[in-house]
Amino acid sequence: MISFSGVTKQYRGTTKPALDNVSLNVDKGEFVFLVGASGSGKSTLLRLALKEEKATVGEIFILGQDVGAISSRKVPFYRRKLGVVFQDFRLLPNKTTYQNVAFALQATGKSRGFIQEAVPDVLKLVGLTGKEARMPHELSGGEQQRVALARAVVNKPAVLLADEPTGNLDPMTSQGIMALLERINAGGTTILMATHDTMIVDRMNKRVVELSAGHIVRDDEHSTYGGI
Amino acid sequence: MWSMIREAGAGLRRNLSMVISIVLVTFISLTFVGAAILLQMQINQMKNYWYDKAQVAVYLCTGYEQAPLCPDGKVTDEQKTAIEATLKSEELAPLIKEYFFEDEATAYKNFKEQFSGSDVATYVEADQLGQTFWVSLVDPSKSEVIAQAFSDTAGVSSVKDQRTYLDQIFQVLNGASLAAIGVAVLMLLCAVLLISTTIRLSAFARRKELGIMRFVGASNLYIQTPFVLEGIASALFGSLLAGGALVLVVKYFVRDYLVTAMPYVSFIQISDALIVWPVIVGFGVLLAGFSSALAIRRYLRV
Repeated sequence: MISFSGVTKQYRGTTKPALDNVSLNVDKGEFVFLVGASGSGKSTLLRLALKEEKATVGEIFILGQDVGAISSRKVPFYRRKLGVVFQDFRLLPNKTTYQNVAFALQATGKSRGFIQEAVPDVLKLVGLTGKEARMPHELSGGEQQRVALARAVVNKPAVLLADEPTGNLDPMTSQGIMALLERINAGGTTILMATHDTMIVDRMNKRVVELSAGHIVRDDEHSTYGGI
Repeated sequence: MWSMIREAGAGLRRNLSMVISIVLVTFISLTFVGAAILLQMQINQMKNYWYDKAQVAVYLCTGYEQAPLCPDGKVTDEQKTAIEATLKSEELAPLIKEYFFEDEATAYKNFKEQFSGSDVATYVEADQLGQTFWVSLVDPSKSEVIAQAFSDTAGVSSVKDQRTYLDQIFQVLNGASLAAIGVAVLMLLCAVLLISTTIRLSAFARRKELGIMRFVGASNLYIQTPFVLEGIASALFGSLLAGGALVLVVKYFVRDYLVTAMPYVSFIQISDALIVWPVIVGFGVLLAGFSSALAIRRYLRV
């Protein structure tokens, strides 16, 4: 489903690569935590998967597609097959909950009828029924992240990339978001989540890939943040 | 599509002062473009009108010429007959549509009419004005042939193509239209730069939204279109104004003023200005669309 082989990414003007000869395989339906200190390369790995950056060396295959070979014109179509959530939610401040989710569908050219069916469904999944008309500033952080999650999964992507989705949330709220991610994962979506949150990783007991200075230093099934 | 138009409208309101400057700059630049086109139309119209009427004058010796012209003095009747025979000859006849002879009395009468009220008319005598064969050619550009045919003929003082006088006028008009094009090019450059700056500002103001559009997989066309529409809308307004200004100039200045002031000149019609209008609107829209599409490209790079 997701496969990195021998991937190195060196940003222009830097001497040390952000990712150094990284190989990683994630199967369909897996839930994988990416852990490591700031600057260890977690975000770079996710950015490469999204094709926001191009790998300097190595091959990345996601959903059977050679990510490096996608032309910039085809990138939008590739991204429609992925869902993404970020630490800072990235909602449009002047749009309601409903409009924020619908926006992702409008931008990809879905019909009005489809939008009217899909948006309430996904809002129900994330537990935001009744808050369709709220503006982002009228929602709590956890609710805003739920909107972002709803937007990420409304297209039913096979892969969900999450870059510290609980980074701005208190532990209680984070748990709610994790429960939601687990439910999405149970529906068959492969999840790759970068995080700093020890408690969450320990509690979930999923596969953990640890990065340090651009190298994978640990890759354990059913593990914890610090390893055993 | 409606959402795109709404986005474009919001962008236009956000940068209102920039949009007004785009409208003004496109208005002025396209007015100059249109003026240049209309001047060319005017030149063509005058060429068609006057070149057909332009004749070649074969001036005959009056006896007042300075040497070395006309060594034999005033033209004789035999010489006149010989000249007329040449005009009727096999070589020249097919080139000539018609010719007529203007004697001294007629020339004097025409001269009096033309300069009535001027001092010149009072002291010019009839015999100072020569006799002339006025020749209309089938193809007015072939006046050289006539000039050559009579270059050494006794009794002919000179051969003059009236078109050489007209060409001077056309050169002045051509210069004016070139100047208009020069100003237009500079102003169009301003317009292109202004449009791209405005679009960049607009995109910068919405960079967060653009970022979100990109990661949800909005196509480049979807992202680009509101900005291109924004550029086009402001240029469209400016070019419509420019077209309107040209129509008004043609109506009030050319048709109402010049036509009465210079009744012997054939001027462009309002219909000509109405033809130019869509041309400059199309030009303005293409230019704006092109420059805003180019300006937004930086934000589409993945």
